[in-house]
Amino acid sequence: MKQTHQKKSFNSTAFLLMITIGLFAAMYIIGMIVYADKGFAKPQMFLNLLISNASLIVISCGLTLVMITGGIDISVGSVVALVCMVMADLMENKNVSPYIAVMVALLIGLAFGVVQGFLISYLKIQPFIVTLAGMFFGRGMTAVVSTNMISIKNSVFQSWAKFRIYMPFGSYSGKGKFHPAYIYPTVIIAVVVLVFIIVMLKYSKFGRSLYAIGGNHQSALMMGLNVTRTTFRAYVLDGLLAGLGGFLFCLNSCAGFVEQAKGLEMDAISASVIGGTLLTGGVGTPIGTFFGVLIKGTISSLITTQGTLSSWWVRITLSLLLCFFIVLQSIFASIKKKKVS
Amino acid sequence: MDDHKKPSVWKRMTQNHLFLPIVCLLVVLLINVIKTPGFFQISIRNGALYGSMIDIINRSSELVILAVGMTLVTASSGGQDISVGAIMAVSAAVCCQILSGGQVSTNTFRNPLFLAILAALAASLLCGAFNGFLVAKLNIQPMVATLILFTAGRGIAQLVTQGQITYVRVGTFQAMGDHIGSCPIPTPIFFAAGAVLIAYLILNKTALGMYIESVGINGSASRIVGLNSTMIKFLTYVICGLLAGVAGIVASSRIYSADANNIGLNLEMDAILAVALGGNYLGGGKFSLMGSVIGAFTIQTLTTTLYAMDVPGDQLPVYKAIVVIIIVTLQSPVFEKFMDTKKHRRKLAAEGRASV
Repeated sequence: MKQTHQKKSFNSTAFLLMITIGLFAAMYIIGMIVYADKGFAKPQMFLNLLISNASLIVISCGLTLVMITGGIDISVGSVVALVCMVMADLMENKNVSPYIAVMVALLIGLAFGVVQGFLISYLKIQPFIVTLAGMFFGRGMTAVVSTNMISIKNSVFQSWAKFRIYMPFGSYSGKGKFHPAYIYPTVIIAVVVLVFIIVMLKYSKFGRSLYAIGGNHQSALMMGLNVTRTTFRAYVLDGLLAGLGGFLFCLNSCAGFVEQAKGLEMDAISASVIGGTLLTGGVGTPIGTFFGVLIKGTISSLITTQGTLSSWWVRITLSLLLCFFIVLQSIFASIKKKKVS
Repeated sequence: MDDHKKPSVWKRMTQNHLFLPIVCLLVVLLINVIKTPGFFQISIRNGALYGSMIDIINRSSELVILAVGMTLVTASSGGQDISVGAIMAVSAAVCCQILSGGQVSTNTFRNPLFLAILAALAASLLCGAFNGFLVAKLNIQPMVATLILFTAGRGIAQLVTQGQITYVRVGTFQAMGDHIGSCPIPTPIFFAAGAVLIAYLILNKTALGMYIESVGINGSASRIVGLNSTMIKFLTYVICGLLAGVAGIVASSRIYSADANNIGLNLEMDAILAVALGGNYLGGGKFSLMGSVIGAFTIQTLTTTLYAMDVPGDQLPVYKAIVVIIIVTLQSPVFEKFMDTKKHRRKLAAEGRASV
């Protein structure tokens, strides 16, 4: 009896994940067919998707962790902005070595994680309101550092940002010349983080505790899990990943300014939700989140390749998709509820 | 005897749910009085009231209107509506687009004002109903349900205005955000006062206020008692959307244009903040409308103060964040418990000394 129920709930999760992957595949294939002449079919196009979304992958992974516990973090966008600004300020105005700047970036993320995690798990303040304050604070601090745009010209940093890793495959140009496809180191970092989170959630005690807490807070407590400490650690890890994501974002943009990464938190939340993470907690996989990010990236590149549609269509399509997935999740949830009762 | 009575008065005062919000507001006002001596001065210039206080009350109108809706939503569903700023933009876009008849800028109404306002309110009502449907009927977390309109709302507003800022340079329209005729009081204040008064009367003269609290405290229990908790939750979101629409019309009339990207920007966060500052528990249940209104005034006063202290607008969020964290920490159950044990210990110690 118990086993069949477990199987059922697993199926609905797997089904949601399948829909996500299927949707991504469908969108991408349609893009390849319709915009073949604009280079959509080239392997570089797919790698570009990873390059431009490397930071979002890292940030969304962190967010998935806290969402699995039933929490939320809407401060990540401003953490990214703050990290970029501080790194830019340190390297350009204070002549600090980029290695130290990276350390500072990670420390900022960690500090956000520790403070927010403490307020949420130990003082039991609602995650939404704590991270809302975090969002305010991060964005404001960015302006305190500087209200101007600082572009990073540091040669070491630039060499990191422009370092291309060539792939054994590629495409031929019109004249028959071979162009190997390439990625940036950011993609490798993002993939490593993704794999790390997948393994951690699946095989470590910490990972399984996160699911237990999100699934049922009360029974997790009764099972003898240290709910407070586990939740705290989830937020710390989430903050650290936001800091790392900020660094990757900075490598991509090579600049810091106040309005940077505005709305990134919402992109990360939608990526998680589209990837099948339940907002009530307990369900979600980083793989789903990864495909959620890819879907978001595909929508924007489809709309930019199309050329005549305005940028706000990205947001509208994304929210339609979000709506679709949320409704789907709620239908699954109600089916599950009926079965249980 | 006197000694015995004193703490009870103090206790009654501190235990009032409006105590902390009022103290916050007073603290901010006090800073102002110290910084600018003529802070409370009100004069009449060109037949209109003029002064810092009037300015604060005037500027906080939209926030007050939003805070009323946000309070109801918070009370009934234990969650917040983060789409109100976007709904403001939609309502402003619809209103201005109908008034200008599709033109980018107009000096005469192309359609009656009445029709435009009605359409704008209908649009915001629809937005509220959409949120309400997701939250009440499909049981989706409010923050996420309203995330859809939060992301799409400004896009929809852009779509309505065709990506441009629509200007309506007609006196009658501008009057809604300025002054009507020779009335010395700015019009937005009337809108805010009206919204608060109507909400107050409906909530207190009918049972709706009690129903909302009951649904917020325990939805399933309320359903068993016979309340249609789904309907009540839905209703609060519709009201919240409608009020956001009103705020959008006021905001667009202030700048006599519909700017899809900037109308109501970050106002949803301020509205949530107002509810929290008003001493309302963000997890739903019991609520205080007046608390939220006081919270809204506090935020506006804080904003105005910081501007007066030459703090750049971009840096304001830092101070807001610090205020939020202090307030919610004071309100948190763990902190309260901590203080209670401390008080208890002190009491024990005092009794110990007395017995000796």
